[in-house]
Amino acid sequence: MIEIDGLTFRYPDGTAVFDGFSWRVAAGEAWAVLGPSGCGKTTLLYLLAGLRAASGGSLRLAGEPVVRPRPRTGLILQDFGLLPWATVQDNVALGLRIRGFYGPDGKHAPAGEAVTATRQITLAWIDRLGLAPLARSFPSQISGGQRQRTAIARTLALDPDLLLMDEPFAALDAPTREDLQNLTLRLRAERGLNTLVVTHTIEEAALLGEQVLVLGRLPNRAPRIVPNPGAGVPEFRGTPAYVRACTRLRQELEAAR
Amino acid sequence: MRSSVLIAALALGLVWQLASWAVHRPILPPPLVVLQVFAVEIVGDLGLDFLASLGRVVTSMALAVVTAVPAGLALGQMPALNRVFSPVIYILYPIPKVVLVPVILLFLGISDLAKVVIIFLILFFQILVLVRDQAAGLRPELVASVRSLGAGRRALFRFVYYPASLPAILTALRQSIGTAVAVLYVAELFATQRGLGYYIYLHGSTLFDYPRMYAGVLAMSLLGLGLYFGVDGLQRRLCPWQFAR
Repeated sequence: MIEIDGLTFRYPDGTAVFDGFSWRVAAGEAWAVLGPSGCGKTTLLYLLAGLRAASGGSLRLAGEPVVRPRPRTGLILQDFGLLPWATVQDNVALGLRIRGFYGPDGKHAPAGEAVTATRQITLAWIDRLGLAPLARSFPSQISGGQRQRTAIARTLALDPDLLLMDEPFAALDAPTREDLQNLTLRLRAERGLNTLVVTHTIEEAALLGEQVLVLGRLPNRAPRIVPNPGAGVPEFRGTPAYVRACTRLRQELEAAR
Repeated sequence: MRSSVLIAALALGLVWQLASWAVHRPILPPPLVVLQVFAVEIVGDLGLDFLASLGRVVTSMALAVVTAVPAGLALGQMPALNRVFSPVIYILYPIPKVVLVPVILLFLGISDLAKVVIIFLILFFQILVLVRDQAAGLRPELVASVRSLGAGRRALFRFVYYPASLPAILTALRQSIGTAVAVLYVAELFATQRGLGYYIYLHGSTLFDYPRMYAGVLAMSLLGLGLYFGVDGLQRRLCPWQFAR
């Protein structure tokens, strides 16, 4: 699914974030990317999302080089991703409307897939994520958890095969965070999605990543990968294997500094 | 809200009446006398002057929106372009445009165009600056997430920049309506025979017909108020998220 070979990326000030970095993700895998602030994890996500261009090396998704945002990649950010002037329903419909705006050109929207049932798809996802009573509310009127549900509905309405999430639950209180983590796992299992969650929280990485990529001191050269079998289901939380994974990730994080 | 505005209007009318009794001279007729003259005049000369003034302001507003919004969006979204124009705008923005009235009259003569251009200049800079700052202040995360949904430049304008700048456009209009009407008054003092400025000046300073002059002042106030409330209503209608609690 993701093939990165010899990736190089520098900030405008010349700081190298990735230098000859290579990494592979197979179809259907659930990954977490863990690291301290400034380690380049958000940069990696933006590169995969096609929102930033690499300085060198190659980056492919499903065999295609990434040169712009790819229609089948979904992106969910920590906050500020929803249009403040649009209701929950209009926010969920946004991606479909953009596809309708361009038509199935293969560049902004998948080729050969005209969007026909925007309203039905939108309402189905609103319903699925329990947002029906809030459909006419604006983002400023709903809670952080409800906003993230809206963002998830908006992304999944586009039927992605890869879901990129940047600290998606960092701003939420603990019960809401657990709730949305479980929802993410359920949706992933249901739809056979590739997921890649960027997080600075060890516990979140241990729960959501069947494999965890640990980033650290700049520049990142060889990927540090921690296998985490058993993760990817809500029941994993609190098991001895989960606690061991947290300990292991903590050590890796220390070593990566 | 509406009832409190009505009460405020009645209170102001009362103050006017008291002042009129206190002054007790023709230069401050009581409000009821002025209202009677207003009711008669508004279906005659005053009505035509009102329409002439309204036409000038609305034309200027439309011209300013059509030109300043795309320019503001472009400057807000293209930092390189903004770096070039920002110093120019910085110098021109605070110049009180009313001092340009004589200059514009010299160049454009006594035409309606001159009056429209003067008001246009006031509105243009106000809208330009507010829309530019609004477009520049959009959170990069928001733009990134909409781009990730497939939006290119055209869709970003349609789904992000345009709705994001609507409040700025309407706020700019609302804020500058007072100034625009004030400058309209000044512009209509020169070389015209239609418009509320002319009407007020003619009846006040030439014919010494004070009730008519006050009827003109009332019409001009209503013009400003009507435009202000009109834009305010438009903002509530087009930007409901700003008023959602």
